[in-house]
Amino acid sequence: MRQIAVYGKGGIGKSTTTQNTVAGLSEAGYKCMIVGCDPKADATRLILHKKAQTTVMDLARERGTVEDLEIDEVLLTGFNGIRCAESGGPEPGVGCAGRGVITAINFLEENGAYEADTDFVFYDVLGDVVCGGFAMPIREGKAKEIYIVTSGEMMAMYAANNISRGILKYAQSGGVRLGGLICNSRKTDKEYELIAELAKRLNTHMIHFVPRDNQVQRAELRRMTVIEYSPDHQQADEYRTLAKKIAENRNLVIPTPMSMDELEQLLMDFGILENEEAVA
Amino acid sequence: MSTAIKDTQKMIEEVLEAYPEKTKKDRAKHLAANDPTGQCSTCQVKSNMKSRPGVMTVRGCAYAGAKGVVWGPVKDQVTISHGPVGCGQYSWWSRRNYYNGQTGVDTFGTMHITTDFQERDIVYGGDKNLHAALHELKGLFPLAKSMGILSECPVGLIGDDIEAVSKTASKELDIPIVPVRCEGFRGVSQSLGHHIANDTIRDYILGKGELDKSTPYDVAIIGDYNIGGDAWASRKMLEELGLRVIAQWTGDASINEMGIAHKAKLNLVHCYRSMNYICRHMEETYGTPWVEFNFFGPTKIYQSIRKIASYFDDRIKENAEKMIEKYKPVMDKIVEAYKPRLEGKKVMLYVGGLRPRHTIGAYEDLGMEVIASGYEFGHNDDYKRTYPDMKEGAVIMDDATLYEMEEFTRRLRPDMVGSGIKEKYSYHKMGVPFRQMHSWDYSGPYHGFDGFPVFARDMDMTVNSPTWDLIRRKR
Repeated sequence: MRQIAVYGKGGIGKSTTTQNTVAGLSEAGYKCMIVGCDPKADATRLILHKKAQTTVMDLARERGTVEDLEIDEVLLTGFNGIRCAESGGPEPGVGCAGRGVITAINFLEENGAYEADTDFVFYDVLGDVVCGGFAMPIREGKAKEIYIVTSGEMMAMYAANNISRGILKYAQSGGVRLGGLICNSRKTDKEYELIAELAKRLNTHMIHFVPRDNQVQRAELRRMTVIEYSPDHQQADEYRTLAKKIAENRNLVIPTPMSMDELEQLLMDFGILENEEAVA
Repeated sequence: MSTAIKDTQKMIEEVLEAYPEKTKKDRAKHLAANDPTGQCSTCQVKSNMKSRPGVMTVRGCAYAGAKGVVWGPVKDQVTISHGPVGCGQYSWWSRRNYYNGQTGVDTFGTMHITTDFQERDIVYGGDKNLHAALHELKGLFPLAKSMGILSECPVGLIGDDIEAVSKTASKELDIPIVPVRCEGFRGVSQSLGHHIANDTIRDYILGKGELDKSTPYDVAIIGDYNIGGDAWASRKMLEELGLRVIAQWTGDASINEMGIAHKAKLNLVHCYRSMNYICRHMEETYGTPWVEFNFFGPTKIYQSIRKIASYFDDRIKENAEKMIEKYKPVMDKIVEAYKPRLEGKKVMLYVGGLRPRHTIGAYEDLGMEVIASGYEFGHNDDYKRTYPDMKEGAVIMDDATLYEMEEFTRRLRPDMVGSGIKEKYSYHKMGVPFRQMHSWDYSGPYHGFDGFPVFARDMDMTVNSPTWDLIRRKR
């Protein structure tokens, strides 16, 4: 069983990329599971065809304690036998979502959600690593493989670098490794080259460049992955390729995060900061 | 430098030898030989600093300071420990702050109330539960004059907006609600909790009460927690002196008294450490002067009565002399009875608040000598007030560790140790007479003319108990 965590800046397309990739893996015959680690609980919508499924924490809140739950109530099966769970948590501004992630993952583990014949478990984690709770999927030897979703936008790259720092911390104390960057294209200038270079600086590789295609939005509106909605579309093939690359990936590294100055220099070298300044 | 100081310094160095280099360097700053003149530069201890990890400090936390000391003894407030059950449960009326009233009806001092956090409260926030609790409590205890919310650690981490809940519920229920941000991880000891709690008295209670009629003799007793009835013993004396005690907090304290305290003509401060903040505030805002006093043992009592009287007219000054004249024979009789049994006995103290210095006089009245003293959470101003009261070469210790205390005991061989509950049983096992001086070992009062006979009796029965002969004292 390979446990994989997907991180990246908020809104970069982690959930979309994860669900499409997992759809591709399941198509290839792998048994997969997705654990959404975000209070918004939208990490499994495209697989289950519904939003806001019963989350572990919401149900625990209703019942009183997490001990009162049955695993079947929160672990649902969707497209192609993919199993889905959502940690859930509070609305923004109250409580501690990080603690919710910790509680939920512990519950899933204690109740045997990780069946022996599962090939892949994907953790879809909220935004940046904001506190210990959101690092839960990569602690204590759970997910040992991490992919960062990014794009050629500066803040997405900042986030990728920042997440690498978090990984570095856990790489030294545990066995966590960076599997690569997934570029979810925003059609920015020299995006491919820039992310390939960023990956190189982080001691990893750009595992795949996912081109921008409106078919993803069309599928999402119907609460489906591209692979399910339009299996013959070229974008579906992009996700199948990404799935294949992940399944075959052996390039797992300890990242070498950059300083802010180095990162800005990189953007300068690619003429992006300069261009911005010229426009301003 | 005198030999007494040099000898003590040498002994301290020997005790520190056992520590690793870094710890030794750190702890050396907190241990000193006393110089009453304050001229020896190496004789001042550093204080109010973070404890060294691993040394087994006996300090408390900010919550402990806010709950156990300042807000806990306010009898007609319902005080909620907001967070998991433990903090409130383990600090459940452990200081014996006596009060008058019908518990559960109009007073709530011995009750333990908590929002009892569960996992879901951490994840989803505890503010809704808190709001519900406030409403329930108002229904259960309609005679409560106020409600207090003491934050435990997790509340600070998850960011429950207890101020907003207080504000809303206070309007809905028409009762003052005091949110206290005393999360335990704040500060280095319980001392910060005192300060935080003082600030909430200032912001939510002080100045809100009405006093019908003022007299020139109105005083407030601040910082007497009525342990074993101490504040009552003090109040009685002040009334006999001709003063009117309009407020007494926070021992047997009521919200109304705290609300009108700013009308006092003079604030009488007992525990300076925990309550100096509010006294300084009243001085700045209302121009109320404050004076420290010490009602332990006849010598200090006479001094203090005269000092307090000096703020008032001749009638009070005459009263002071009359009182001393009246009680001196009674006190002398106590000294006469106990001094022969206690003369020359050595005492080591390690307590909190004001006791490390305030009780010295009472011991000396009985012919005993305090050879070592220290504070759990004192600041520099506490130590400055202590040095002149102790003999040259006495040991001064700040945030002492159990190891240090054991070593000092072994080397100085005190006839009695006065400290807290955490030290008590290890001293029993060492066969050293011990008195729990945080809550007077379930005795009291020790303040005033009422307290001194009890104090003398207790020290005698501790030091001279035949029990100790049955325990082999470690050499």
